[in-house]
Amino acid sequence: MSTPAPLIEMRGISKSFGAVKANEAVDLSVAPGEILGLLGENGAGKTTLMNVLFGAYAPDAGEILVQGRPVTINSSADALAAGIGMVHQHFHLAPRLSVLENLLIGIPGKSGRIDRAGGLARLDEIGRQHGLALDPDLPVSALSVGEQQRLEIVKALFRGARLLILDEPTAVLAPTEVDGLFSALRSMATQGLGIIFISHKLNEVRALTHRCVVLRHGRVTGRVDAPASTTSSEMARLMCGHEIVPPARGPSTPGAAVLILDGISTSRHSGMPLRAVSLAVRAGEILGIAGVSGNGQRALAEVISGIHAPDAGRMTIAGKIVSRFSPREVQALGLGRIPEDRMTTGLVTNLPLADSMVLPRIGTGAFSRNGLLRPDAIRAFAAEQIKAYDIRCPGPMTRAGALSGGNLQKALLARELAFDPKVLIVSQPTRGLDIGAARFIHEKFLAMRAKGCGIIVIGEDLEELLMLCDRIAVMYEGRIAGTLDSAEATIARLGLMMTGAEGRA
Amino acid sequence: MFRLEARTSTPAWFNLALPLLAIGTTLVLCSGLIALAGAGVIEAYGVMFSASLGDSYAITETLVRATPMIFTGLAVAVAFRAKFWNIGAEGQLLAGAVASCAVGAIPMPGPLAMLLMAVAGAAAGAAVALVPATLRVKFRVDDVVSSLLLNSVIFYALMALIEGPWKDSFSGYPISPPIEDSANFPVLLEGTRLHLGVVAAFLASPLIWFLIVRTTLGFRIRVIGENPEAARYGGIHVERVLISTALLSGALAGLAGVGEVGGVHFQVMSDISPGYGYSGIVVAMLARLNPLGVVPAAIFLAAVMTGAEAMSRATGVPAFLSDVIQGTALLAMLVALLFTAYRIRRVGTAK
Repeated sequence: MSTPAPLIEMRGISKSFGAVKANEAVDLSVAPGEILGLLGENGAGKTTLMNVLFGAYAPDAGEILVQGRPVTINSSADALAAGIGMVHQHFHLAPRLSVLENLLIGIPGKSGRIDRAGGLARLDEIGRQHGLALDPDLPVSALSVGEQQRLEIVKALFRGARLLILDEPTAVLAPTEVDGLFSALRSMATQGLGIIFISHKLNEVRALTHRCVVLRHGRVTGRVDAPASTTSSEMARLMCGHEIVPPARGPSTPGAAVLILDGISTSRHSGMPLRAVSLAVRAGEILGIAGVSGNGQRALAEVISGIHAPDAGRMTIAGKIVSRFSPREVQALGLGRIPEDRMTTGLVTNLPLADSMVLPRIGTGAFSRNGLLRPDAIRAFAAEQIKAYDIRCPGPMTRAGALSGGNLQKALLARELAFDPKVLIVSQPTRGLDIGAARFIHEKFLAMRAKGCGIIVIGEDLEELLMLCDRIAVMYEGRIAGTLDSAEATIARLGLMMTGAEGRA
Repeated sequence: MFRLEARTSTPAWFNLALPLLAIGTTLVLCSGLIALAGAGVIEAYGVMFSASLGDSYAITETLVRATPMIFTGLAVAVAFRAKFWNIGAEGQLLAGAVASCAVGAIPMPGPLAMLLMAVAGAAAGAAVALVPATLRVKFRVDDVVSSLLLNSVIFYALMALIEGPWKDSFSGYPISPPIEDSANFPVLLEGTRLHLGVVAAFLASPLIWFLIVRTTLGFRIRVIGENPEAARYGGIHVERVLISTALLSGALAGLAGVGEVGGVHFQVMSDISPGYGYSGIVVAMLARLNPLGVVPAAIFLAAVMTGAEAMSRATGVPAFLSDVIQGTALLAMLVALLFTAYRIRRVGTAK
């Protein structure tokens, strides 16, 4: 494509936090109509760089040019004034206000009155232009995650953004929603907007972007001019500095069933309830649970984890019937659990990492005696796991929230696997993780499988499920729509079952 | 132009520096008021200091005054750790005072009386704290509002008692009958009011620290305060721990009332607490919710209170300055706490 004057140019951006150089002399530019991929592992400095561009941090050195003119961006208001919009991983929306009201927040109206008609017209126009239609009167709390993201994009366009930054936008989307997002982004690019697309998923980057910049340890380590014709493994090499080979899943001989669900139904539950779900996981087997999110996966995970008791049905762990459905009971029976949301259900971000790592077993003899903590044992356990799992942090007493997502996931994995669970249930095990960390997690699962642990992986990433799982069950509207052996499962077939079109027992 | 930037870590010396910074700022801000009242700033603070910490008698008086605030400060610190917003230490203190006074009025051997007074006072305080905690656990009632409003209920109940059935028939004033002489807490230093309760308060601080930092209950309190979701997922009974925290917090506030009855007033009157329960919030915040920090923080506020009266007599500055200093110290500390999470950075001006 032709190279007109860049929409935005960052020159020699450096930013340090204490001794850590998050960005070092980074150059980056985006032309009108260009979709730029920004790649890098967790902690490579992508988010810091974008926060500098969006005015959250002041750079220690370097300058930012908008259409050739140097600008100083000290706040998100400055960034918006310069035509830069950002869609964060966590949305900034007021859930009880309507779509239109959210759109108009912070927009000065005419003589103190909100310009509702003007807002409606623009919403409609933007929606039609890029396929981003939204019902203006729905409260945000009634929108799906994909629709909320759409609203964030519309908000940025509404405020006159000519450059849009999207920080891992696909991490929260179902596969069908990803297609919609991509066509909207392509439509925006053809109208001359610039887009910076941050993602770990290399196939997405290859499908969408025109050009890529790769960061590692805060520096630009590679530029890819033709992502579509560059292989994923080549890009992965640029990101990690070495080759990444997907782990091979060898044959296994599953043993007896270690987890059996028999006719489990739930009702008093937010989200999709379970309707007579029966499934079994055998020792040394990985069972995948596929499905579009919101089809009962959450209820399934919560029942198995002992968070919610079902209204009907029976669950057996390692031959013993679960009677009380408490987290402590299922854990005592040999169940390990890795929750979907690391930050909210897994860890206590403001306390030392060691505390999070012993949390579920604090009352057991390993970490306390007669109500008194054993601080040395707690610290020693955490230090041991930090070493064994190569968790990058200054030590067990580091605040958990200071760790990157990949290291947090390793810590959660360590805390469950240290006690040799007979069954392991994990949700979205590698969401938001970079290739290296994801690879590590996958290897651990396969190692546990070889040791005879039965594993349930609830996920939306079908490629990941196909790689890991011996069998894949598909959930649709609170039921198991069907189960496929890995040999007969394909993305196309699973995708069809996820829409409820095909069932197979 | 300046602006705030998120910190990745907080240096350890902040724990000491921030309260000192807050106190320093408070004294500077309040010096303006002293000047407005027409007194010399140095002179006024000088009188305040010498009257509260200047000689050994003054120090004992300050310690006696600090005692109830150590207990209420601990009560608030424990509760706030679990994010149980107990604003009701004042009412729990009053309930503890009433219960211990009722027990202390029963003739029995002194040591037994003192023990039972402490037990009754702690139980009464805990019972009062149970109300907002239960309302929150069962009905999701906001604990700030319920615990705060309960203070008025307890206060007027106490008034009704000492104006009515419990009125001391000998004096004729709206005060309760006194406790038995044998139940009066022993004085530790001849010629002062330094009583047994002061020692108890000083011992309570490390004990509560130990409980928070070294016991499984303390661990659970910290975890439910920081992340109740993760706590529940990890098998902690969040509601049960919250109730335990409330009972502990209320018992500590109740003990503040016990000390005032057994060691200072020997009976219950309407002004037995000049807001020690509310001061406990200031104390706990200045201490950054650390039980060990509660003692120096309470001594600071006590010194301000005793010093303010002497300053008022000597310079004519109203003793209300003590309340202003307390309030300002709380605000200054809340602002100072911002620096644990953020730092100020100088940036170039836009455009």
